[in-house]
Amino acid sequence: VTEALRLPALNRRHAPLLVVGALVVFALLYVLVIASPPPEIGGNWRSTTFGSAVHDPGSFLRIFLDSITFAGALFIVASGFALIFGLMRVVNMAHGSFYLLGGYIAYEVQQAMTGQGFSIPTSEVNTWEWIVPLVVAAPCIAVVGLVTQQAFLRWNQGQELRQALITIAISVIVADQIIAHFPRATSTVAQKFGGNAVSLSWPGWTDRFVNLHVWSVQYSLARFVMLGLGVAVGVGLWLWLYRTKTGMVIRAGVDDQKMTAALGINIQRTFAIAFVLGSALAAMGAVVWASQSNIASGQDGAWLLNSLVVVIVGGMGSIFGAAAGAILFAFVQNFGATYLPTTGADCCTQYSPILTFALIALVLAFRPQGLFGRPG
Amino acid sequence: MIDPRTWSTKTQIERSLALVVLVIVVLAPTFLSPNWSHNILNETFFFGLTAASLTFLSAYGAMVSLAQTALFGIAGVIIGNLATAGGPGGTSKGLHLGWDPTLALVIALAMTTVIGLLFGAVASRSAGIYFLMITLTFAVIATQFLGLVTIVSGFSGIGGINRYVPGWIGNVLDHPNRLYYVSLIAAVAVYALIRYIIRTPFGITLQGVRDEPIRMASLGYNVPLHRTLAFGFAAFTAALGGVLYVWWSGQIAPGNVDLPETINLLIMAVIGGLARIEGAWVGAFVFVLMQNYITDAVKVPLLGFGGTIFGGKFPTLIGIIFLVIVLVSPGGLMGIWDRAFELRGRLGRWRPAAPQPTGPRG
Repeated sequence: VTEALRLPALNRRHAPLLVVGALVVFALLYVLVIASPPPEIGGNWRSTTFGSAVHDPGSFLRIFLDSITFAGALFIVASGFALIFGLMRVVNMAHGSFYLLGGYIAYEVQQAMTGQGFSIPTSEVNTWEWIVPLVVAAPCIAVVGLVTQQAFLRWNQGQELRQALITIAISVIVADQIIAHFPRATSTVAQKFGGNAVSLSWPGWTDRFVNLHVWSVQYSLARFVMLGLGVAVGVGLWLWLYRTKTGMVIRAGVDDQKMTAALGINIQRTFAIAFVLGSALAAMGAVVWASQSNIASGQDGAWLLNSLVVVIVGGMGSIFGAAAGAILFAFVQNFGATYLPTTGADCCTQYSPILTFALIALVLAFRPQGLFGRPG
Repeated sequence: MIDPRTWSTKTQIERSLALVVLVIVVLAPTFLSPNWSHNILNETFFFGLTAASLTFLSAYGAMVSLAQTALFGIAGVIIGNLATAGGPGGTSKGLHLGWDPTLALVIALAMTTVIGLLFGAVASRSAGIYFLMITLTFAVIATQFLGLVTIVSGFSGIGGINRYVPGWIGNVLDHPNRLYYVSLIAAVAVYALIRYIIRTPFGITLQGVRDEPIRMASLGYNVPLHRTLAFGFAAFTAALGGVLYVWWSGQIAPGNVDLPETINLLIMAVIGGLARIEGAWVGAFVFVLMQNYITDAVKVPLLGFGGTIFGGKFPTLIGIIFLVIVLVSPGGLMGIWDRAFELRGRLGRWRPAAPQPTGPRG
């Protein structure tokens, strides 16, 4: 009995894991109890914007909700990227450009429907005027994705690097064309074209705060809708991949492309479906996030990075990986920006990109295939 | 070894061409316009240098790195922080430590190499397409970091660095020829160094790791270590390019290392050819030429650049050229050159055996 209870002997190989574990525990403790609100002047290593969760549970809950709702939008975009990558081993470097194009198309449709020109008060947008832009933009981008796949990628199957370079070329062209042609519906000529920042509007009924009755936190209903859409996409993808024949074929393709094709399954059709759906998800994510924040030329790089980080951290070809990656990345980003020490204008919350790097480095050090990825 | 008669026809042609090009670029400042020597050729040298770090990793390590532009910028930011002194006119961001420029140069190269080793260590257990993705995240994170951390850079970046060039180079603002020759020497030295490294035991092991990582690992070679060291060397090369860039342009900002710039460097390397080191400079030259002459070129009537149908600007055109190169010749321009000789060889074989030529070949 004593033998079984004894902990396995620690040796040198466990040292990195212990160090990392200690760091993670420290980070959690820091956010939960160690941090303190900043004094009037200056501050020290314990000073953060809101103090720890114990000091200010309301702010902690808000950041928590910010993270989890952002993860919803992140998941929508990144799951499309992961679907394409998992099945076809195509790193679609144009995913960010597709995202941007989808957002601008939806913006134009919403402007045309409401006839407002540039800035629409949310209260004047009804549910249809949000859904129609979505169902117009998503198929548009799906077609762009399909054309890309059929015209350029299909005959380069298996040449991963060449396919990545092709999608980079397409992303350069699409990004420049966006600058040349969008946004079109603006109130002044100066704001027209040039990829200026614009935003969609959520339907009017989402524009209110929900009283959570916990630590007197009021939270935006629109962000809950965003989370709900993320969860709906996740559940939908899961049902599709695990409960339908097409999904079964796709999972078989992820595991062994050649064997699947040898069984008489039209793998090319499956590839086309994956590309259509993956691109449409980029557009859907753009509609969701552009309603919450905005879209502007240059954000294609940021969303390509978001998708890459989610897939690298979560692992390739798994929707659970994409979900886990999206949640982890959203938490690291939001908490890093709020819970790094702040001792003045020059320090230190702006160092949060390092945390993204640390997240990638840690995951890759222990699991090169990502959290939910399978080796090889 | 140095007996030209033992070289193949192709090698003879290539080396003669290289010699001609070398003579031209050494004499260039005497007969070319300043725009050509101080901008186009000088840019070719240091962008080619940076592109060569990408080509080196790709050709000999099967690692296509998108972090080279970030390392290029990191070196520029470090030397900008260390060397500039602020003061009147020093409104740009940065620490303005005002150290000796030579010391700043050494530290910038060393620190960037260390950062490169760190990047390499994180990415070293991945290869191929994963390596590309991981290094791209490094690039974007570095850009964000430089933009957010106003104490070292901020979005406006650092300016006036070309007033703090080491004394042994002199004032590059008044004597741009000096910087031209420094860039030329650096480019030739890096080219020679890469040609040397790939012949050393390390270089040969690296090529083994490129072709058969699993076999090399089972033979007892440390695969991640070789990849990391190669990445460190490439970081050093990219840092050299970055330092020459800030001495030339005087400024560095996150905008010089962002995603479009990262892709531009990749385009240079791919246009030249990812399989041969020479391609880096060929690609950089072609890219810089296009950048200088197409940007304000007349509108292409049928396609309507700057006009009607596409309406895009330079990136659209360079994107289309890049796409065509990738689709038509994955080996880039050097690949076309190589294939032309292959084709010639194949055609030659069909002819009846000709008597061995006794005169000069080629």
